[in-house]
Amino acid sequence: MAEEITPQIFRHLVELAALELDESEADYLRRELNSQLKAIRELEAIEVAAEVPITSHGVPYTEATSPGLRPDQPEPSTHAEAILAQAPERDGRYIVVPDIPHTELG
Amino acid sequence: MTSALNDLPAHELVRRLRAGETTASAILESTLTRIRQVDGRRPTTVPSPPEAEDATHIHAFITITEERARRQARAVDDALAAGREVGPLAGVPLAVKDIFCVEGTPSTAGSRILESFVAPYSATPVERLEAAGAVTIGKVNLDEFTFGSSNESSAFQPAPRNPWDLACVPGGSSGASAAAVAAGEAVLSLGTDTAGSIRQPAAFCGVVGLKPTYGRVSRYGLIAFASSLDCPGPVTRDVTDAALMLRVMAGPDRHDATAAAVSVPDYTAGLDQGVRGLRIGLSPDYFRLKYPNPTTGELDEQPIDPEVEAAVRQAAGALAEAGAEIVEGVSMPNTRFGIPAYFVVSRVEAASNLHRYDGVKYGLRFEGPVGDLRELYRKSRARGFGLQPKLRILMGMYVSAEQYEKGYYQRALRVRTLIRRDFETAFDPSGPYRLDCLLTATTPTTAFEMGALYGDSVLMQYADLLTVPADHAGVPGISLPAGLDHRRRPIGLQLLGPDFSEACLLRIGRSFEMATQDAAWRQARPRVLDV
Repeated sequence: MAEEITPQIFRHLVELAALELDESEADYLRRELNSQLKAIRELEAIEVAAEVPITSHGVPYTEATSPGLRPDQPEPSTHAEAILAQAPERDGRYIVVPDIPHTELG
Repeated sequence: MTSALNDLPAHELVRRLRAGETTASAILESTLTRIRQVDGRRPTTVPSPPEAEDATHIHAFITITEERARRQARAVDDALAAGREVGPLAGVPLAVKDIFCVEGTPSTAGSRILESFVAPYSATPVERLEAAGAVTIGKVNLDEFTFGSSNESSAFQPAPRNPWDLACVPGGSSGASAAAVAAGEAVLSLGTDTAGSIRQPAAFCGVVGLKPTYGRVSRYGLIAFASSLDCPGPVTRDVTDAALMLRVMAGPDRHDATAAAVSVPDYTAGLDQGVRGLRIGLSPDYFRLKYPNPTTGELDEQPIDPEVEAAVRQAAGALAEAGAEIVEGVSMPNTRFGIPAYFVVSRVEAASNLHRYDGVKYGLRFEGPVGDLRELYRKSRARGFGLQPKLRILMGMYVSAEQYEKGYYQRALRVRTLIRRDFETAFDPSGPYRLDCLLTATTPTTAFEMGALYGDSVLMQYADLLTVPADHAGVPGISLPAGLDHRRRPIGLQLLGPDFSEACLLRIGRSFEMATQDAAWRQARPRVLDV
């Protein structure tokens, strides 16, 4: 089987995905990705004419079936405190995070 | 184990309740008793050695909200005692797949990363079911973030088992939903279907599972996997209950702009009208397909399991006898591309939806020292996600990367159009087939054994081979019990119809139930109840 996702590409994907993997996880995941790609290559076997449009969801939404836009009125959430209470670390109504990576501009 | 109130369908329970023959509290207690008998220890994320009793219990529930359920049941009983009107699901025990938010309860998605998350509000379908009087017993297990077809990938172990054969998986991802309903641990369950996650476990566990049309039921409060495919829907013991439940859940919702503005009919009204004059199609493309050979693991063109095929053909015979016209040879040539296209589309959407889990706003956060925010993201996600979410995120990243996007993602979305066109042609009233529905098997095989596929992400995905085309196309589908194979594992058949044709599918399903009501397999009970 042609290996499409090389260790180098894989490392880049892990970085994009904001993950960290130990060696055995990485081996398993890269193997599975390549075996999924083999299945995905089935798609190359069919003629897809250039004029075939994409379908981003199956059922078309017409004017009649699309819900109308709601009036543009602010509605205060009644759940704000319950939602904030889920944050692992907070300071009043702020959520606390470690240093945000940044570059000092000269 | 003797049959009890919790083994009755919802419509019968509501009838008895209204007639004063029973109470919501009695129904609830009988359900809780059954759970104590068959469910075993609660699944947890803490690794522990397997125990002997694990193999003889179902392990459906992650959370049981007993006190909340008792309050709901008492409210129904108080309303009845005061002579007030109660809802169409009054007192009916409901198990909610743990991918929906239920206010004040842990809502985990079967993942470590959401283990500590307590939902601040309830999902719209849950809210509507509870408003109709349903009594929420608790939250049931699933594949992590719904990523699987066996329930083995949940971070909460021991994994659920199939009540008909405890060595087998219940299917997935709504596996514990189907298992709980089959074993009398709940009368109804709320599931979701993205590639077959309602219909495949319903088939494996011998219950009814309905995937509504995309947009028929609101997704507000559903933890998202693939937003262009996810559909909440009912898992029930019979067709009438599915009709009752869908009627309560369906319809527009101001919180979900994809919930279609299409009126909701009374799905129970026409159930007994029969099938005379309806055109039901059989497609060779659903009987013989390319999928991984169970022995060699290679992708081979092969027929579906002969016992499953025989059950579908028998069902066609029964429906023909009831007056339907069977149309053979319906061409659905793009069926076989459903899984390859799904590997691309669903992964891109999953990667996008899973980016919100970052250890900052809610859920698991890495507690050790970190240098900066990015390291916090990486360490939290590495510990919070299991292997299957990681795999889906990575594949989503790959096929949507700029240099591959056209070859993979764009192409998959065009193939999706071709799959949709197969259905449009089949159902076109002035087309060659003019079908009211297509009749297929729900799954190429009956339930497989635990451990047989888990770990092989390609073989596992192909369990959804016959169900995923309807998700791509957005059309509704229902899986119905259609017999047992020689190992007494349930066989499911599937009806697929045009957009918003749920009423017709339910009517055909009810007709099939009536035509087979005296069949020996209808009297069989899941083996877990044989003690």
